[in-house]
Amino acid sequence: MRFITYLGQYLQYMAEVLRKPDKGKMFRKQVFMEMDHIGLNSFGIVFIISIFMGAVLAIQTAAQTDNPLYPGYLIGFAVRESTILEFSPTIVSLILAGKVGSRIASEVGTMRVTEQIDALEIMGVNSANYLVGPKIIAASIVNPALIIVSIFLSLVGGWGSTYIADVVAPNEFLSGLQMWFVPYEIFYALIKTVVFAIIITSVSGFQGYIIKGGALDVGKASTKAVVYSSILIILFNLLLTKLLLV
Amino acid sequence: MIEAREVTKRFDGTDVIEDISVKFEQGITNLIIGQSGSGKTVLMKCLVGLHEVDDGAVYFEDTNFTQMRRHQRKSLRKQMGMLFQGGALFDSLNVEQNVRFPLDLYWNSSYKEKLERVNFCLEKVDLAGVNDKMPGELSGGMVKRVAIARAIALNPKFLFCDEPTSGLDPKTAKRIDKLIYDLTSEFNMTTIMNSHDMNSVLEIGYNIAFIYRGKLWWTGTKEEILESDNEELNDFIYTNEMIKRFKNK
Ligand SMILES: Nc1ncnc2c1ncn2[C@@H]1O[C@H](COP(=O)(O)OP(=O)(O)OP(=O)(O)O)[C@@H](O)[C@H]1O
Ligand SMILES: [Mg+2]
Repeated sequence: MRFITYLGQYLQYMAEVLRKPDKGKMFRKQVFMEMDHIGLNSFGIVFIISIFMGAVLAIQTAAQTDNPLYPGYLIGFAVRESTILEFSPTIVSLILAGKVGSRIASEVGTMRVTEQIDALEIMGVNSANYLVGPKIIAASIVNPALIIVSIFLSLVGGWGSTYIADVVAPNEFLSGLQMWFVPYEIFYALIKTVVFAIIITSVSGFQGYIIKGGALDVGKASTKAVVYSSILIILFNLLLTKLLLV
Repeated sequence: MIEAREVTKRFDGTDVIEDISVKFEQGITNLIIGQSGSGKTVLMKCLVGLHEVDDGAVYFEDTNFTQMRRHQRKSLRKQMGMLFQGGALFDSLNVEQNVRFPLDLYWNSSYKEKLERVNFCLEKVDLAGVNDKMPGELSGGMVKRVAIARAIALNPKFLFCDEPTSGLDPKTAKRIDKLIYDLTSEFNMTTIMNSHDMNSVLEIGYNIAFIYRGKLWWTGTKEEILESDNEELNDFIYTNEMIKRFKNK
């Protein structure tokens, strides 16, 4: 029962978020600012995670197929497939849910408890739209770009690891990377990423938006934002994979 | 003029304010007073539409605000300014951007014209030249004054102040009271101010509504309030035991 009210509240909030902005110019300015916040500030963590993710993926795949009959290029191929299909879009989105989600929830939540949201409303601004709309748009643009970079870096990491770990010949790995490439898989990865971006920003914004009370509740909301958006990412991952890949 | 007619607001089934009917006049400072938790903020938020009332209606001049739809309210919103209990300045914007925010929303003029208006408002609150400071760098009194500047930026007909002087030293508090009073008479606004500060009441209480446990208990002026024999009101005014005994003699 409580879930139904909660869902109803979320849908009502989304209806506000998706309204036409009160003032296009101010809204666009927010979008650019958010792109900067989400994109540039997340680049570092995406960089590090992707490189190491690719390296570990390459070494593990090689370790599991330690069989002289198994051609080395298959390792490159396997690393590319799992990076594009799963690791970059899903793992990186989960990391971003932690980083971006908690920031959004505490930012919006603080604005709620200090009456800044009321101040927006009294000026006649649709606060949900003004605060959360730009974040959704910004993340839907920036996150796919981050994922593309992440895929690239992960493959670089995998390739780099072949020099260090000596599990497969680097050029065999490289030719594996280029084998049987299906462009649709990139499309699939990007669709997933955009859906995850919408989940992260809207759910986290929602957690902050509905706070009643004080600073303590802001902390709780940002924890909830991370937990709920992560769970939803996992669920939608399954759903989208079923819909788009089979 | 703003009028509440039999306004009731409930949270989770309990009446927080109950059946309040009161008029607030133009050109003077109208005060809503009462203890902490008596429902002042809730009443004010009902008046401005931040809370939807459960019963009754709010009138601005002679139009029923409660029944208006969102876009109709928006045109009235342009004429409202509100100062929130904690200031509610936007953290991510500096002083100038905060005061300019309503102008950016509703004015289609150049940056220069807006800046002129911002500086005019900042001068009114005695804060010329702090344009580039962030809210975090301001003292409590300055936050309130910037918030007043933002509230009057659009030259509102209706000004709402939720405890503008709470948490300030008596001298600064008096200055802010005077500022609100002066702005009210200068621009002939309808000003409503929440307070539990007796100094404010005696300074600028030209029309006072005393709220007790969510009900309207007493109305009058600053002259009348000292003569009143309403028990709860006297309890609220004379917190000091000695004065209370003095009064009873
Ligand atoms: N959003 C809300 N949900 C539930 N109860 C609320 C809400 N807002 C206020 N209340 C309750 O309504 C009552 C009146 O609160 P209000 O904030 O109006 O008091 P106040 O007179 O402004 O007090 P103060 O002088 O401390 O600001 C309080 O008991 C408060 O707990
Ligand atoms: Mg209050």
